[in-house]
Amino acid sequence: MNLKLKIWRQKNAATKGKIVNYDINEVSSDMSFLEMLDVLNADLTEKGDEPVSFDHDCREGICGSCSLQINGRPHGPDGGTTTCQLHMRKFKDGDSIVIEPFRAKAFPIVKDLIIDRSAFDRVQHAGAFVSVNTSGNTQDANATPINKGDADNAFDAASCIGCGACVAACKNASAMLFVSAKVSQYALLPQGQVEREKRVTDMISQMDEEGFGACTNTGACEVECPKGISITNIARMNREFIKSNLKS
Amino acid sequence: MKIGANFPAKIPEGPIKDKWTSYKNKIDLVNPANKRLIDIIVVGTGLAGGSAAATLAELGYNVKAFCFQDSPRRAHSIAAQGGINASKNYMGDGDSDYRLFYDTVKGGDYRAREENVYRLAEVSGNIIDQCVAQGVPFARDYGGLLDNRSFGGVLVSRTFYAKGQTGQQLLLGAYSAMNRQIARGKIKMYNRHEMMDLVIVEGKARGIIAKNLITGDLERHSAHAVVIASGGYGNVFYLSTNAMGSNVSAAWKIHKKGAWFANPCFTQIHPTCIPVSGDHQSKLTLMSESLRNDGRIWVPGKEEDAKAIRSGTLRPTAIAEDDRDYFLERRYPAFGNLVPRDVASRAAKERCDAGFGVNATGEAVYLDFAAAIIRYGKEKALVTHQDANNEALVLELGREIIATKYGNLFQMYEKIVDENPYETPMMIYPAVHYTMGGIWVDYDLMTTVPGCYAIGEANFSEHGANRLGASALMQGLADGYFVLPYTIGNYLAEDIRTGAIPVDTPEFDAAEKGVQEQLERFIYNKGSKPVDYFHKKLGKVMWNKVGMSRNAKDLNDAIEEIQAIRDEFYKEVKVPGNLDGFNEELAKAGRVADFLELGELFAKDALKREESCGGHFREEYQTPEGEAKRDKAFQYVAAWEHKGAPKDAKLHKEMLDYKYIEVKERSYK
Repeated sequence: MNLKLKIWRQKNAATKGKIVNYDINEVSSDMSFLEMLDVLNADLTEKGDEPVSFDHDCREGICGSCSLQINGRPHGPDGGTTTCQLHMRKFKDGDSIVIEPFRAKAFPIVKDLIIDRSAFDRVQHAGAFVSVNTSGNTQDANATPINKGDADNAFDAASCIGCGACVAACKNASAMLFVSAKVSQYALLPQGQVEREKRVTDMISQMDEEGFGACTNTGACEVECPKGISITNIARMNREFIKSNLKS
Repeated sequence: MKIGANFPAKIPEGPIKDKWTSYKNKIDLVNPANKRLIDIIVVGTGLAGGSAAATLAELGYNVKAFCFQDSPRRAHSIAAQGGINASKNYMGDGDSDYRLFYDTVKGGDYRAREENVYRLAEVSGNIIDQCVAQGVPFARDYGGLLDNRSFGGVLVSRTFYAKGQTGQQLLLGAYSAMNRQIARGKIKMYNRHEMMDLVIVEGKARGIIAKNLITGDLERHSAHAVVIASGGYGNVFYLSTNAMGSNVSAAWKIHKKGAWFANPCFTQIHPTCIPVSGDHQSKLTLMSESLRNDGRIWVPGKEEDAKAIRSGTLRPTAIAEDDRDYFLERRYPAFGNLVPRDVASRAAKERCDAGFGVNATGEAVYLDFAAAIIRYGKEKALVTHQDANNEALVLELGREIIATKYGNLFQMYEKIVDENPYETPMMIYPAVHYTMGGIWVDYDLMTTVPGCYAIGEANFSEHGANRLGASALMQGLADGYFVLPYTIGNYLAEDIRTGAIPVDTPEFDAAEKGVQEQLERFIYNKGSKPVDYFHKKLGKVMWNKVGMSRNAKDLNDAIEEIQAIRDEFYKEVKVPGNLDGFNEELAKAGRVADFLELGELFAKDALKREESCGGHFREEYQTPEGEAKRDKAFQYVAAWEHKGAPKDAKLHKEMLDYKYIEVKERSYK
């Protein structure tokens, strides 16, 4: 199929960017979206132009590197999928495709489609851990049984890949889904109890400091999340936060 | 200190089960106040690097950690699916440290160092304890205890898992431990930084040259020890299940500075990956080995059926049971579909080469869940008092059960291939997945460069010539959490009075200059072809001549062809953009330059190893039934010393002496 691409090009954080049009022909429907961009980049390189920069690594939907706002949607039109797992069979011959970086104040642009998501890391530094040293002398792994339902819910929350689609989907650029997934994982497990209250307060305060917006319950984050992280995590984090404030 | 002085491996004395304990009791320690005076660089933040960085920082060392990704959480360990082994014996099926040790040595076809493997088995249980304490959400049963499943090549259930995302959960555990130390200022994290070279001062590893991938600036970082945890080199094949950025460069740079590279030809080709669909393909996707618990592997028994399938005139579901060849069950009745990975891969290739392959390219076999769906469906119908003879109901119930076990894998398959694996069998084909070879290390995990360590997949590892499923995660975390933090102290105890290592020295000047010159050479080269052109060309030679089945003629040809590609690369490569700023093509050029050297050493190692063992299969050395024929004369680790060009590399042999395990013919029949 033949496609018209409208791609955001920006040299670096200090310069202004713009949409540039590219025609690409003979795209196979078996290609992944990023393989289509590889073909474009090989053409650009051979012509002496600079290829389009985008983040990518595992290309199997788990590392969370890839991003891209495709025709206005984070990770494109297919549900439950990262951009690297999106295939060109979801498009038709003659389609125009607008490709932009994820847009949020807390995710400044590095170059072209690459954004800086280190704000996510800093929120995690604030409290997304259990304070336990590596000693080899922690108690036996089966010493504390954990209710299967709680363990499964903790796993579901922990399966977040940190891609930032939730922020990109939100009109407020809120990171509540991302932060609440981590808060929930620990709140549900016995190992997370000791630091439970401090964790939620510290992480939320860092989240605010990074410039993420507030949550107004539109639910867009849940719809666009490639891993199906549920907004019940946000409700849980709100409860955790209120409880923590009441106790302190 | 002379480079290479610590060869061979400095194995502690005493009976195997006491070696690690008595070693720990006798080594030199660094007191907590002095640890604050010592800096350690860790390159790579996967399971090995992440766990090492966190633990070293907890101990009090100043850690500088580097990753080329935008966050340490994205290292490729995150993509590991199936699970992690540990000899907990929670299932009460007779597991023990000895059995895990035995299975690993046998699975590796008797090409691993006994003492290291025993230590791995010994600490495996602690890994699970540690991860649970960190809040890693492993799968549990209804009693709230940890669940286990079983993997290929073993007869017990010792694999802990978190659905098909075990690597993700373990890596996020290590990442959380790192985050705690980053918050305390004990780890300084350098994201989007690539190690460009190792700096050696007075014979010791004392720092690295790193490139900031955002600004393009070269930076000098010094330390009292350097730990390489940069993963494997499967991408030398271009197509593999590795991430796009996975590369050999950090390991190759230290090799060129004096670290010996061991067993480069030991590569794991995983039998169950999604087949190649066309020339545009950029990577291959693994379908977890756990699928072989329930899937049956087959090809058509008649060549005309295979042809009809390839031309699209026949559907696999239309082939009668008697006309199917379940070749693993036929050849290996005892282990059937659960033979180890190397055996399953070669058997699939044999059938496809004989003309029985099933997709358009002829390079695919079926992995069929129809029998399992019916089996589970009938059982469920009986348990729930429904009609077990109602075919539609049985199919529906069976598919539900399969979905709970493998749902995410089936969904991934459908997204990529656009076929529903609940209805038509999956198509799979072997693909490069893991490299057992790597930097040679002694018992302390130190390379032949004093003060330079290699851990995880980057070292030549405990897996011998073939790694068993769910053992990579175990080794990465064992090295990082429980082995290196002890052994490195033994070396650093000498360094408590050294003080900070200056970076304004001739050694750092020279290393940075070398890096700068190579970058300039790429940018100012007047070539016409992009980096990927050469990487793909190298990959084709590797796959066709140094892949699943090798012979002397092909290997000799491959060596010449790789040399020719390397010459062409330096003449013809075109790298767009500038030296400054973000430039992915420039980063790729450096990585492919190193693959072009490693590839040749890889082929040379395969040529010199005149036997078949594990993942290394030489056509000249096979039994009349086509099985691998091992040779006692090659019972050694081949450690290569850099002498200028790969063709001049010098072989050192570490002979492997098995005192605790009887070396036997590895049979799965």
